[in-house]
Amino acid sequence: MSHDRSPPAHLRPSALFDAATIHEIQRAAREGLYKIRGFGAKRALPHFDDLVFLGASVSRYPLEGYRERCGTDVILGERHASKPLHLQIPITIAGMSFGSLSANAKEALGRGASAVGTSTTTGDGGMTAEERGHSNLLVYQLLPSRYGMNPEDLRKADAIEVVIGQGAKPGGGGMLLGQKISDRVADMRSLPHDVDQRSACRHPDWTGPDDLEIKIQELREITGWEKPVYVKVGATRTYYDTLLAVKAGADVVVVDGMQGGTGATQECFIEHVGIPTLPAVRLAAEALRELGLHRGAVKLIVSGGIRNGADVAKAVALGADAVSIGTAALIALGDNRPELAEDYAKLGTAPGYYDDWHLGNDPAGITTQDPDLERRLDPVAGGERLANYLRVLTLEAQTLARACGKSHLHNLEPEDLAALTVEAAAMAKVPLAGTDWIPGQGY
Amino acid sequence: MKAALAAASEALDLDRLEVRDLNRRLQGAETGAAFEVLNPLGRHSLAVGLRRPVEVTLRGHVGYYCAGMNDGGRIAVAGNAGTGLAENMMSGLVRVTGDASQSAGASGHGGLLVIEGNAAARCGISLKGLDIVVGGSVGHNSAFMAQAGTLTICGDAEAGLGDSLYETRIYLRGQAGELGADCVEKEMRPEHLAQLTDLLARAGIAADPADFRRYGSARELYRFRVSNLGAY
Repeated sequence: MSHDRSPPAHLRPSALFDAATIHEIQRAAREGLYKIRGFGAKRALPHFDDLVFLGASVSRYPLEGYRERCGTDVILGERHASKPLHLQIPITIAGMSFGSLSANAKEALGRGASAVGTSTTTGDGGMTAEERGHSNLLVYQLLPSRYGMNPEDLRKADAIEVVIGQGAKPGGGGMLLGQKISDRVADMRSLPHDVDQRSACRHPDWTGPDDLEIKIQELREITGWEKPVYVKVGATRTYYDTLLAVKAGADVVVVDGMQGGTGATQECFIEHVGIPTLPAVRLAAEALRELGLHRGAVKLIVSGGIRNGADVAKAVALGADAVSIGTAALIALGDNRPELAEDYAKLGTAPGYYDDWHLGNDPAGITTQDPDLERRLDPVAGGERLANYLRVLTLEAQTLARACGKSHLHNLEPEDLAALTVEAAAMAKVPLAGTDWIPGQGY
Repeated sequence: MKAALAAASEALDLDRLEVRDLNRRLQGAETGAAFEVLNPLGRHSLAVGLRRPVEVTLRGHVGYYCAGMNDGGRIAVAGNAGTGLAENMMSGLVRVTGDASQSAGASGHGGLLVIEGNAAARCGISLKGLDIVVGGSVGHNSAFMAQAGTLTICGDAEAGLGDSLYETRIYLRGQAGELGADCVEKEMRPEHLAQLTDLLARAGIAADPADFRRYGSARELYRFRVSNLGAY
């Protein structure tokens, strides 16, 4: 007997009201509350896949693919910090909080990043001993909530990141539902133990770029002008935000595109606010070029949907000095892996689809505070997987850079790229493949 | 504090020193050292990041973030203070003889902040354990999302007091504008009177605790439920 549940061929599905849309309308009608989830944007957006590299040929000379040196390091903080960060690879781990992630996950991120000479970042909730202990280079976030913020941890950090927004929810604050607020998380955040924590979306003690400049001065005064100061924004008005962040004194501007992930927020936010990473990189680099600072004293880190070495290389070619990964790092640790299919099925989901990072029942032990689940993640093994993944990203990016004749990833440039779609050509401002046409720049 | 400073305070003149030099000197001072800062002239980030019980008196008005992240310092401002006074303070004492601009004591974790005059909007926003005593009135949205600690107001409070409050206690002597979401008046029990009496005594402010009312969180909005939607 056939168990094929596909609808008969004569039934025509609606492109507008597709199955997921109908399901969400039915859920909303039943529950009366918007959908909250983790992960990043799931709908198709213009991305780095819409670009290709123009490898060397007659008119360009490649580097030998396996032997000739192709540098990958990056220095962050040369503008004002007396102790800049020197990363061995231009791929960093984005801010993800203890609370959103388990302590084992934070430790694994630190182990993996440290093994390949790069940094991790704290998150909305403060610094844990685990992540400081296992991250050779740790960026401490100053967020609107100021949960767990204290000057001793500020001094322990290797860099400070003033978070104004993130790609998954520019203009929105953090969210951590009650089931993930363990006693330790609540105590670190000075919160009652049984609340749904919704963080503020704006800083409590400054309101605009002129204030931000003074705020950054204060942070530098407290830390002796040693540490690089990053300013992180969700990608929206990226050109102006970059200019203003530089004016306010940032050593590093971090731009998080709308594909950037989150531990929890409203789905309508994830899918409908912000601009894709592709145009955001170009806009931020354009602003730095205008200021004469591109590839100079101020560095640009870009995040939001970085998955492979090609994404890394394309982001760098468009102007980033480094990228950050979040979702991909969690997948490398073990999130959404097929071995957990039975556990996912019990939660009504499947490997590759799991995005209920806000619920705290993650069978991979990553986005949870449940001690039994957390034990499922071995931080040593997880760290090794992450280190392997970071090595692969780096090798892939180097391979592509060598093919373009570049002896350092930072020598990649927009001229090395062509676009496969008109949209990507317009957003990245590189020519449509086979033409010299960039939309908006004439014929 | 004046009596203590009179012992042997070192004068640091900002007409001759850069802010960096001042902070380096104060941050590196030994426990018990005393300083008098002259000519602050509204400069920003003065006496920030102190880590030990040193005595500092700033003679004049100060700009943004004075005494920011103070952890143990006993800092007095003989004048008015700009935005973010004693923000994220951890411990110690900060006293301002005049008025304070917006976000005074923002996200402070511990210690005592005394503002003898008025405080502008968002006084005690995101408070996490610091005790604040204001001799005058406070502006709108004071104690917004305040989590722990106390805010004592001897004058009035503008609208939005205690909006989305967690466990901070608010003591108010004067009138409140429209209260913020989830902020309600609560019974003043003996333990609250005792706490308020102690706060006023430590702040050196002469006021009768019996004249104050207590406000706190109704705790209706702690969990995000459909039934809460009308509150925002």
